[in-house]
Amino acid sequence: MDEMISVQTQDFDMAAEYQALLTNSDGTSNSNDGAVVTFVGLVRDYNQGNYVEGLTLEHYPGMTEKALEGIVLQAKQRWPLGKVRVIHRIGKLALSDQIVFVGVTSKHREAAFEATQFIMDYLKNDAPFWKKEVTNIGERWVEAEDKDVKAQQRWDKL
Amino acid sequence: MIKVLFFAQLRESLNCDELTINLSSDQAFQSVKTLEQLREQLAKTDENWQSSLANGKLLMAVNQTIVDGSQVLKDGDEVAFFPPVTGG
Repeated sequence: MDEMISVQTQDFDMAAEYQALLTNSDGTSNSNDGAVVTFVGLVRDYNQGNYVEGLTLEHYPGMTEKALEGIVLQAKQRWPLGKVRVIHRIGKLALSDQIVFVGVTSKHREAAFEATQFIMDYLKNDAPFWKKEVTNIGERWVEAEDKDVKAQQRWDKL
Repeated sequence: MIKVLFFAQLRESLNCDELTINLSSDQAFQSVKTLEQLREQLAKTDENWQSSLANGKLLMAVNQTIVDGSQVLKDGDEVAFFPPVTGG
């Protein structure tokens, strides 16, 4: 878990990731930071008008990692952050499976909350992942949504 | 040589995930200088390529960075075409 960014088929353990965020690379406790914010995105049962039974996540190997590293770097330039961890799964996922993890530590909560949202908003628009859902009416590629574009654009105004 | 990659619904509609093109020796591509010109030339393949690549929402990347069509291509580039992303 030393790597900041992971793109993987296997599931992740929220408790282990949380503990890792509180621990420095030399094994000592990360006592500089007073705030940890974590986000987990899951496979939801209803999307864009249909019932979802599962999905497959495709990605662009190499570019995905590069895009996520770029997003984390931007967040670190914008807020005083301690540790940042991003995990995104690929391949076949079932209902309620974990898709994405973002964990951020900082001295104070504001930076940790904002940076977590910023990373998710940028990931939604700039990281090359594509979802193909199995629904009650068959397989279909998920359509990108304007609300995700707007969510990213709000950071330009702040 | 440049490598051209296609992803998601675009990959499926073209039934193609990867092409290798030699910009200096492949006759059809000799006049291609920019990414937009590459897209136009690929669209001439047939009707299916024409309609699939006409989608104005398609994103383009060169060497794994999203760029616009004015990007000048050079030997060794990795080019990718793909629909708007839907991860997270």
